[in-house]
Amino acid sequence: MTSYPDWWKLIFGRFTLEAIPYHEPILIGTFAAVALGGLALVALVTRLKLWGYLWHEWFTSVDHKKIGIMYMILGVIMLLRGFADALMMRGQQAIAFAGNEGYLPPHHYDQIFTAHGVIMIFFVAMPFVTGLMNYVVPLQIGARDVAFPFLNNFSFWMTVSGAVLVMMSLFIGEFAKVGWLAYPPLSGAAYSPGVGMDYYLWALQIAGVGTTLSGVNLIATIVKMRAPGMEMMRMPVFTWTALCTNVLIVATFPILAATLALLTLDRYVGTNFFTNDLGGNPMMYVNLIWIWGHPEVYILILPIFGVYSEVASTFCGKRLFGYASMVYATVVITILSYLVWLHHFFTMGSGASVNSFFGITTMIISIPTGAKIFNWLFTMYRGRIRFELPMMWLLAFMLTFVIGGMTGVMLAVPPADFVLHNSLFLIAHFHNVIIGGVVFGVFAGIAYWFPKAFGFKLDRFWGLLSFWFWVIGFYVAFMPLYVLGLMGVTRRLSRFEDPSLQIWFVVAAMGAVLIALGILCFIIQIAVSIMRREQLRDVTGDPWDGRTLEWSTSSPPPAYNFAFTPIVHDLDAWADMKKRGYSRPLGGFKPIHMPRNTGAGVIIAGLATVCGFALIWYIWWLAALTFIGVVATAIIHSFNYDRDFHIPADDVVREEDARSRQLGRA
Amino acid sequence: MAKAKAQAQAASVPAFYVTGDDHAHSGGSTMLGFWLYLMSDCLIFAVLFATYGVLGRNYAAGPSGADLFDLRLVAVNTAMLLFSSITYGFAMLAMDKGKQALMQRWLVVTGLFGLAFLAIELYEFAHLIREGATPMRSAFLSSFFTLVGTHGLHVTFGLIWLTVLMVQVSKRGLIEANRRRLLCLSMFWHFLDVIWIGVFTFVYLMGVLK
Repeated sequence: MTSYPDWWKLIFGRFTLEAIPYHEPILIGTFAAVALGGLALVALVTRLKLWGYLWHEWFTSVDHKKIGIMYMILGVIMLLRGFADALMMRGQQAIAFAGNEGYLPPHHYDQIFTAHGVIMIFFVAMPFVTGLMNYVVPLQIGARDVAFPFLNNFSFWMTVSGAVLVMMSLFIGEFAKVGWLAYPPLSGAAYSPGVGMDYYLWALQIAGVGTTLSGVNLIATIVKMRAPGMEMMRMPVFTWTALCTNVLIVATFPILAATLALLTLDRYVGTNFFTNDLGGNPMMYVNLIWIWGHPEVYILILPIFGVYSEVASTFCGKRLFGYASMVYATVVITILSYLVWLHHFFTMGSGASVNSFFGITTMIISIPTGAKIFNWLFTMYRGRIRFELPMMWLLAFMLTFVIGGMTGVMLAVPPADFVLHNSLFLIAHFHNVIIGGVVFGVFAGIAYWFPKAFGFKLDRFWGLLSFWFWVIGFYVAFMPLYVLGLMGVTRRLSRFEDPSLQIWFVVAAMGAVLIALGILCFIIQIAVSIMRREQLRDVTGDPWDGRTLEWSTSSPPPAYNFAFTPIVHDLDAWADMKKRGYSRPLGGFKPIHMPRNTGAGVIIAGLATVCGFALIWYIWWLAALTFIGVVATAIIHSFNYDRDFHIPADDVVREEDARSRQLGRA
Repeated sequence: MAKAKAQAQAASVPAFYVTGDDHAHSGGSTMLGFWLYLMSDCLIFAVLFATYGVLGRNYAAGPSGADLFDLRLVAVNTAMLLFSSITYGFAMLAMDKGKQALMQRWLVVTGLFGLAFLAIELYEFAHLIREGATPMRSAFLSSFFTLVGTHGLHVTFGLIWLTVLMVQVSKRGLIEANRRRLLCLSMFWHFLDVIWIGVFTFVYLMGVLK
């Protein structure tokens, strides 16, 4: 390592040319691919003169629909990155046996499993559920936007900012090598002195700001902006689950922020919160991070339960069975999710009584969850089931999730957990519930609401192909891990000694390949659907004979969602309106009051990204400068009082007349 | 018969949409939203209090609260913050009566009390660090500095916000948007007071007990 002069350190902090991983062929290859792809994209956008369009219509948009779509795109892009990590791990574990070291050195392998977990949870699953909630909730409650439209845009860009930092770590420096929750003392300054841990901390801290604020935003939206007549017990189930999810977000993400801040202080200032000496206590971190971490998994699954509920009642052509019990089950899960965190570390040694308390609360959660499964089953009972793509995902979920739930209850038994803790059985369990629950549900939600967002359905053939590859691939990839876990194989190992285990890893790797095909088919499905959009076109706005208000407006909905705010008389408001002969208003349109687009969110989040980067690399002058920039931009933005405008009545008339013509042709 | 039923239903079709004026985005959700934000902030303090609760007696053979805290100084400091809350209340009363100049004067007084609070806190921190009681010395001092410092940081941001709002009021007067912002800052300011009472009791008063 060459030594760098002082002026270099003053300007570039601890960044050195050695931080560029040009000696790692895999990373150089990836970088070349990303750089070429990125350049091609930039060239294409420039050639088509789309920068202005993207900036004015999308990046600065405060329209909840556009922000929702951008969240989904972010989720898909990061899914590709997170899944590439998964393929690499599966490949490594399938070959690294009996002296064969595989193709990934340990320090690289450790970064990959850390990045995989962090990306999949924070930058895939979270954008997906936030995107769905953002798009659907205001439409379902008959609102024209969220309560704080600018904040919504800002939240999105803060999430992007975190994702950008994680992606940068691939090519500049390294990522953390500590597992996705970064337990100290391993993640402390003494054992992880590099920039990897700091990428982790600042990426999550910045993205967390966005998540918390979007939680505040959606709660206020749901509580304050429901259409007249929509009492709490008339809210669509998806909106209910979104409400509970956002309560969980607001009540847990600050804990994550504070916990990460304490670890950051340990690393940057030298405090002793989680160190082994001078009175620090690493188990404090483990407790705190799981007080956030356990509710987090319910933040992911609850809105997805909502998606399944909408899908079940729509495609069975009847009211959801047990609406009230579904709502209560959701609320009970919300509360219970706070009382189980210790089951992630029964082995801490907190004693029999503490462990049994948390074991029992954990098992109790399976009761409301089971009630939900039965509600969906009874909704299907005597329904006219249409096996459209969302319904297929629901069926696959119900079978798969029950298995994951049962292995979860096994893990909830402390003595069993002492055997299974940190084994591949646990890995299989949580992939079972996250893939079989969240991912399947996200695909169900995409297939279900895609025609609402774009005005045409998704191609069924490629969708089915993707579905079967995903479902079969999931079983092939993760059932072997259950077996291996029961045999005592621990997680996060990059090589193995016992050749008799190899066959299971080879099978699991094949499963990962099948899932890769599933993802490929999904992307082909989108492309094919765009090309065949005229055949797949839906002009009614209600392609599935839907039951909730989002299906009462056009597809895609106009910027103002509803020309007149709907009045709700019943649960399943739109089904009620159709049954009682609602006719669409054709005149009397008024100007509509809407929020104005603003670039402040992009600018603040951009500055926050640079600030995070500067803090990671100890470039103090830049960190100070950009931090002041963030505060200054926020203050300047607060001097802008001119934040909304009226869509003129003429524009509304034009828009609504166009829809009338469309409906006439249908 | 089905037809007759449909007709009967059609006859009793209720209103399915609002034809009158809508009042979207009139800021009606801001107070709720700000409350929710405050509660999320409260959780950050909850974590810091919990951390202090767990680590607050881990002195690592270093100084304890009883050795370090000067209760008279902290009492003066507490008085500064409590007075600032009262004066903010006076400012809000003036706002309600539409007396802009009076309100601005009370806001200046509030800001001065806030500044005094920060100055005393910084003096206390500097004194502790000079004595060798740095945040790095022990887990007790790490959690002490972080809890009290985070509160101080909030007061600092409150002061910046206060200044910005005073400029905005002087430029635009007591328009609805500004009243809403002043009410939000009011909640924030009183919230910091409540947190401080927790800090004073839990950290300082209980800290000097043997």
